[in-house]
Amino acid sequence: MNTLIIIAVDGVIFASWLFLISSGLTLIYGVMRILNIAHGSLYTLGAYAGASLVIAYFGRGFWPQGSYLVLLGAALVVGLISGPLIERGLLRWMYGRDQVFQLLVTYALFLILEDVVKLVWGVNPYYAYKPYGLLGQVRLGGIIYPWYSFLLFAVALLAGVLLWLFVTRTRFGRLVVAVIYDPEISTAMGVNVSRVFVVAFTLGAMLAALGGAFTAPMIAVVPGIAVEVIVLAFAVVVIGGLGSLEGAALGALIVGLVRAAMVHVFPVLELFTIYLVMAVVLLVRPHGLFAREEVRRI
Amino acid sequence: MRPLKQVLALKRWVVMVLVSGMLSLISTEAASQAVPGAPSHLKIGIVSFLSGAAASPFGIPSRNAAEVLIEVINAGKAPAPYDKPGIGGVPIRAVSIDEAGGADKQVAELRRLVLDEKVDLVIGYISSADCLAVAPVAEELKTLTVLFDCGTNRIFEEKSYKYVFRTKGHQIIDNVGAARYVRKVKPNLKTIAGINQNYAWGQDSWATFRDSVLKLKPDVRVVSEQFPRLFAGEYSAELSALLAARPDVIHSSFWGGDLEGLVIQATPRGLAEQSLLVLTTGDTMLPRLERDIPPGVVIAARGPHGALAPKSKLNDWFVNIYKDRYGVRPVYPSYHMSQALLGVKAAFEKAIAANKGRWPTIVQVIAAFEHLEFETPSGPIKMVLGKGHQGVEPSVFGITGPFDPATGEVKLTNVIEFPAECVNPPEGMASEDWIKRGFPGAKCP
Repeated sequence: MNTLIIIAVDGVIFASWLFLISSGLTLIYGVMRILNIAHGSLYTLGAYAGASLVIAYFGRGFWPQGSYLVLLGAALVVGLISGPLIERGLLRWMYGRDQVFQLLVTYALFLILEDVVKLVWGVNPYYAYKPYGLLGQVRLGGIIYPWYSFLLFAVALLAGVLLWLFVTRTRFGRLVVAVIYDPEISTAMGVNVSRVFVVAFTLGAMLAALGGAFTAPMIAVVPGIAVEVIVLAFAVVVIGGLGSLEGAALGALIVGLVRAAMVHVFPVLELFTIYLVMAVVLLVRPHGLFAREEVRRI
Repeated sequence: MRPLKQVLALKRWVVMVLVSGMLSLISTEAASQAVPGAPSHLKIGIVSFLSGAAASPFGIPSRNAAEVLIEVINAGKAPAPYDKPGIGGVPIRAVSIDEAGGADKQVAELRRLVLDEKVDLVIGYISSADCLAVAPVAEELKTLTVLFDCGTNRIFEEKSYKYVFRTKGHQIIDNVGAARYVRKVKPNLKTIAGINQNYAWGQDSWATFRDSVLKLKPDVRVVSEQFPRLFAGEYSAELSALLAARPDVIHSSFWGGDLEGLVIQATPRGLAEQSLLVLTTGDTMLPRLERDIPPGVVIAARGPHGALAPKSKLNDWFVNIYKDRYGVRPVYPSYHMSQALLGVKAAFEKAIAANKGRWPTIVQVIAAFEHLEFETPSGPIKMVLGKGHQGVEPSVFGITGPFDPATGEVKLTNVIEFPAECVNPPEGMASEDWIKRGFPGAKCP
């Protein structure tokens, strides 16, 4: 029984983290049909910004619990600056081009931003782990968990719910949905598509940075942390169906639970878990769990 | 008046620089002429990670060590027995290369270093995969290549090489040593577990540790074997599994950012209080996590390096020149680099002496290098394995104690050193067989 509780808790914690790193990617793909590899760099920027601001914050001796707001602030700032800059400065010239071309452009951007990070922050690690232990611990299924893991869950849940409310309940959100379904008709109906693109990309960038910022207290922030993240995020997004927010959430949950079970029962196969889930899902639903029916244009 | 004065001052300065430059030219000229047949300089290719995740914990600290050591050695300011300027009076010129990009790229880079850059020898390689790939190529190119940091024991156990040397012990010492250490500090050991990165280094390290413990105390049970992805970053589920398994000892060969992430996430969950955590590369995080390292954790430095280095004049000198330049103390990859550079210097100078004071051929240097014993900041290194091409080192462990503001690090207590003869297989025997047969020939205190 205890093992089942532990597997469920571990699964949900990992799923929250997966959702944070992959929701922005799927949002951007859904709206703009661009597979944004630079998503990994935005995650890195979020981690570095979060880490350096938290270090500065504690250096001043401010109220420790405020550091969570600092992490949130770091993500917002990174998203609000880099989102419009990348979309207006680079990506808008790429629309309508071949998808492979767009993929290469965002890959190039990823490589450039990796070096920008090294130029700004150097190669030495940043440690901002104080917020990780600050909330204390809780005993579940006989073992200790830090409350921070559940904060991560709350942040992921909140981000998911807010995003869902935004898309389904606001006027602008519905315009986004319209653009997702058909950018051309939307333009014809008077939707300012380029504004939708900027907003969607900025939101996606913010989510990536949010993932990075809230991961920073758990790790040593060093160059190269993005590579692993971008691979995982892609896998989750593909499982859920490219462009589907619900898909990313469900995909993250499935991968999280299966992986946690594997770690407890058969740890040698952990490496392979996510690809196993991906293979099985794609066998049954070749376009992912929540993929829309594609109308092939002739 | 003032501008003129400034101009004059500047002129004087320029003249001084020119004169000193000429003097230094004359002195290097004189130095290289001291050894007949010597080249004007010795060009060494230095290969270590300058980008990617291994740069910050390993690549940069070893590159830094090379940089400051070469400068001090060239200036003739190293202590005895390394007080001759350069190598036998010949100044060293270094070419630094990035090890990132995988084994195929490193093979191509090695060819470029030898054929285009015309280096005289190469010191390099942190990744075991790179070492395994470049060794046969170095042999084919007939270029002296000193492997300075990679851990795999396979290199000289599966093949013999003429041009390839390794001036440090292989990973066997870390993990056989760790097994002997936990056997000593926890005589009633019943259960062990491991958390290691899922690639060759992590798998080999864990297998060596597990098999050694089981050989030393056959009634021990293995209760959990965790293998997270390299650079995974998030270890919540693995830590839960280890906490639930409640092993007496947990072994980890995690390194760099992964290691620090593991400790950061394990500490609030009480893992170090519940089990004895053994970190075979733990030394690199001591100056980084400072006072936030939990007490009671076993730390090693892959040999007598860093916080576990012996007290000696050579070590004090090395720590001082490194600290003066980079503001932090050297970690084990820096020590490994010092072993390679000093080994090369010792081998060349021994070869010059054997060659009646004339500059030696590379074959003569190799003859001098084989079975060489030389002093380093980590103590004496003996090239006794792999037909004299593979060095051995002792293996040292300590347990983290209270924070020491004087050093800015936690103190290590219960320090035990296992001599090289205790943690290395005898010449000619593969490590795996040695462990399987119950460590025949091991001389332990």
